[in-house]
Amino acid sequence: MGDWDFIVGHYNYWIAIFLAMAGLYIVIARGNLIKKLVGLNVFQSSVFILYISFAKVEGGTAPILAKGVDAYSNPLPHVLILTAIVVGVATTALGLALVVRIRNDYGTIEEDDIHSQDESM
Amino acid sequence: MDVQDYIALAMLLPLIGTVMIWMSGPRPNQREVVTVVTAILTFLCVLQVLPPVLAGENPTLIITEILPGLPLAFVVEPLGMMFALIASFLWIVTSFYAIGYMRGHNEPNQTRFYMCFAIAISSAIAVAFSGNMFTLFIAYEVLTLSTYPLVTHNQDEEAKRAGRTYLGILLTTSIGLLLVAILWTWFAAGTLDFTKGGILKGKIDDGLVIVMLFLYMYGIGKAALMPIHRWLPAAMVAPTPVSALLHAVAVVKAGVFTVLKVIIYIFGADFLTETGASVWLMYVAGATVLLASLVALTKDNLKARLAYSTVSQLSYVVLAGALATSFSLVGGAMHIAMHAFGKITLFFCAGAIMVASHKTEISQMRGLGWRMPFTFAAFLLGALSVIGLPPLGGSWSKWYIALGAADAEQLVFIAVLMISSLLNVAYLIPVFARGFFGPREEEAAQMADAHHHGQEPEPSGHAEPKSRIAEAPLFCVIPLWITALGCVALFLYADRLYAMLEPIVK
Amino acid sequence: MTFEHLPALVIVIPLICAPLCVLLRRKDWAFVVAVLATWASFACSILLTIQVMEFETISYAMGGWAPPYGIEIRLDALNVYILLIVSGIGSVVAPYARNSLLLEHIEEGAHIFFSAYLLCLCGLMGVTVTGDAFNLFVFLEISSLSSYVLIALGSDRRALTASYQYLVMGTIGATFIVIAVGLLYQATGSLNMADIANRLPEAGYTNRTVIAAFAFLVIGAGLKIAIFPLHQWLPNAYTYAPNVVSAFLAATATKVSVYILLRFVFSVFGVEFSFETLPTALPFLVLAVLAMFLPSIVACFQKNVKRVLAYSSVAQIGYMILGLGFVSVAGLTASILHLFNHALMKGALFLVLGAVFYRIGSCHIDRMAGLAKRMPWTMAAFAGGGLSLIGVPTTAGFVSKWYLILAALEKGWWYVAVLIVVSSLIAVVYVFRVIEAAYFRDAPEDLRDVAEAPISLLVPAWILVFANFYFGVETSVSVGIAERAAQALMGAG
Repeated sequence: MGDWDFIVGHYNYWIAIFLAMAGLYIVIARGNLIKKLVGLNVFQSSVFILYISFAKVEGGTAPILAKGVDAYSNPLPHVLILTAIVVGVATTALGLALVVRIRNDYGTIEEDDIHSQDESM
Repeated sequence: MDVQDYIALAMLLPLIGTVMIWMSGPRPNQREVVTVVTAILTFLCVLQVLPPVLAGENPTLIITEILPGLPLAFVVEPLGMMFALIASFLWIVTSFYAIGYMRGHNEPNQTRFYMCFAIAISSAIAVAFSGNMFTLFIAYEVLTLSTYPLVTHNQDEEAKRAGRTYLGILLTTSIGLLLVAILWTWFAAGTLDFTKGGILKGKIDDGLVIVMLFLYMYGIGKAALMPIHRWLPAAMVAPTPVSALLHAVAVVKAGVFTVLKVIIYIFGADFLTETGASVWLMYVAGATVLLASLVALTKDNLKARLAYSTVSQLSYVVLAGALATSFSLVGGAMHIAMHAFGKITLFFCAGAIMVASHKTEISQMRGLGWRMPFTFAAFLLGALSVIGLPPLGGSWSKWYIALGAADAEQLVFIAVLMISSLLNVAYLIPVFARGFFGPREEEAAQMADAHHHGQEPEPSGHAEPKSRIAEAPLFCVIPLWITALGCVALFLYADRLYAMLEPIVK
Repeated sequence: MTFEHLPALVIVIPLICAPLCVLLRRKDWAFVVAVLATWASFACSILLTIQVMEFETISYAMGGWAPPYGIEIRLDALNVYILLIVSGIGSVVAPYARNSLLLEHIEEGAHIFFSAYLLCLCGLMGVTVTGDAFNLFVFLEISSLSSYVLIALGSDRRALTASYQYLVMGTIGATFIVIAVGLLYQATGSLNMADIANRLPEAGYTNRTVIAAFAFLVIGAGLKIAIFPLHQWLPNAYTYAPNVVSAFLAATATKVSVYILLRFVFSVFGVEFSFETLPTALPFLVLAVLAMFLPSIVACFQKNVKRVLAYSSVAQIGYMILGLGFVSVAGLTASILHLFNHALMKGALFLVLGAVFYRIGSCHIDRMAGLAKRMPWTMAAFAGGGLSLIGVPTTAGFVSKWYLILAALEKGWWYVAVLIVVSSLIAVVYVFRVIEAAYFRDAPEDLRDVAEAPISLLVPAWILVFANFYFGVETSVSVGIAERAAQALMGAG
């Protein structure tokens, strides 16, 4: 029974793992460049969830100073994740810009077609 | 100016000469003068280092520490002194010869040729003066790299392939085997300084001595032990002055010189004989002596025959080193000198024949001796020295090596030496003989041939009619007589040479 | 003066100059700003090196907030060495960029190029100097994003796909690193690297969180380092990027990633945990040996010389990881030394190729045939860098090999020493292939009238080639600092 509690109690990690694997799978398995970026985003959001979820302190409220409250959730991971989200946004923007340029030069955004165009060069 | 300055100058002058040769490129006469003057000055500097060495000192020059405990150090001892003297003296002679040959043949890229020559000589002298194995390794590699442009001088397909063999074998052996041996030595002994009696005694297990010796001997690719000898015949595509100096004197001699240095100063002759680690080397060297001579017999191209003869003669020195007795070591060292003069004479003759008559195959050389008597006479002297007959120097070195074999109770190698001498006769004398015993009518047939084939482009650029094969240009003939007479001089002054070399085994 | 703020200045100068470059739309002004910024950073890092040699460690609190709560810049022998390399290469390559870009159609976007270049430099230096784990991730992403931009500026359209591929793999790598940092935070409650190192023993070395963090970190850093077999992005990225970018990235980006690995594995997790509790050494050694051989062999068959150098880089990274896998002071010294020497080698070679590309518009080996007659100085520089790559004595490459083989012998693994030597010989093949093509073959018809490369391209290349030979003879500085760094790393464990 202790094991079952352990597994269920760590449900946030399971979600994070699932999202991470789903994201990585999309990156690897999908040939469409935009879908790859989507997969990358899913993967990154799993990390966000991971951080935020372990910031939660049982019985703590949102980490905003208020009268009469002594238990707060840990604000540091939230801050870290804000940074990471920004990084993620910048990466996605850059990735999409690249995809637009690739579309202009190759006429396609399917990885396989791009490969065959390159092979035939 | 003290001795250390002369040591430094002996190595620096050729490098300064390189820069000046480069700057004199557009003015060939000035450039040749620079080469000759540099060569003479270098020899004079090397001469200045001789008196202290004869007095028993070891002049030392330490430049900088490259790696902790491993300085760029130069320590002169008799063996190195002799090698430096040979290399620098023969550079003068070869410079004159090269001028004659390169101009006679109208070779392209002469500036690059003379520049690389100078760098190669500088590194050869650096090898001679090295005080530790690390410095020697650096100079050894510089020698390999600086001779690559010389070997591939013609820049055609054949030269490219030869260059690949040359560099491939030499770099593979030096990086793959020699460097490992050096690192192992450094790791085991804590030093790489050349020391009387060697530095390895007690530092490595007896069983491993054979392995280390193997790494060293095959790592020194320039000594051309079979089966890594292939680079030597391949390098014959180079112009003859290159073959003459580098492959009869500097490159290959650097190889066997390193072999002797390693045996005497890294392993120590006594250590080797105690552990018996060099017995396999005696047999490999002996086999090379005989096999290479046999191959030489089959070669019609004169330079190829001389190349295989060199492989065979080099193994005389390796054999002498492997025997590791006092007589054999001194004999081996003497052989470096004897063979240098003898072989360079032979190569000079081959080149002179090329320039004068455009013939490279021995079978074509019938009756040539009548047209080129000086060249062929010098050839005879050089051949007799290589064969080892008095009154030429080669007889002394063979004698001492044979004595050394007797000392080491390896009598089979005395037989090897004798058989090899017979083989030398068999592949050298016919060249001389053919020059004088061919019927004179052959010449008429050759004249007819020339007329039949009509006009051919004259590579030499001379206006001489093809039918008149004359003696080679003076610039070629005089040097080869100097070296031929050197063989005789070495015979007469062999005792002085022996006295100079004796300290290495005391 | 403001010497106390040097650690911050070294990153802040390029950071501020980067948007300045964008605002100064004129190409020449952006160029001047960029060159001055890189030179200023290099000067700062030299001063910092001198300080570290005296004081062992410099600690600087960003914004006055004391660690472990504030972000700290912490300089010891290891990262000041890397800082020197990065800023040094950055300052040699920057002057080169101006002419090199001309032919690659980046004229109009030059100010963007210089801005991205400065950002990349700032990011790389930030990774090197920071003492805070999350801050490391942030700077890492700054440098990565700007390097994606730089690579995508290449004239061949395959630069775009190369950049995209690098983006995907690099982001995965960086995300792994951030997962590792998060897990470490969970286990220890701190983000400051020195602090984490202190608190880890309490958390326990068999703590699954810590083990998971280690695993994520190694893989994440490995992706960025291009350890075989995570190297897939590197050949394309180096080949299709503009030449100046290849030179800069080849000499710096992977070195900084190796630094990340070294710092975390040795200083944060510690030798005892990383190598005794977990069997990390063996996989490193095996992968390193594979990296030394397989990419080298592939390099021998490539037709594009930039690709040859890219695969050669993967092989050289194998040497660095090999030294790491020895887990000894000697091994680490060799590894760190090779970071420095390889930066010099590859920097020189890629700059030379940039000069070649400038004149003949291609780096294909058949197009480079017979080039030595027309561009003697350029090809001589290539030969010089090539000799260093092979490891001829008196070059920097030889010194690295020497120490690496000695480290192997010290551990008694003579067969590894033999492997190192044999893999060096493969380098002889692919270097001489290019030299043979340039010196022995005839130039193609349309390239008979090529001129020598301009001075502005030759001088930086020759500076680096000369440095190869200088540091091959005068080794006290490069080896000295590497040894101190190695001792500190092993001691900290």
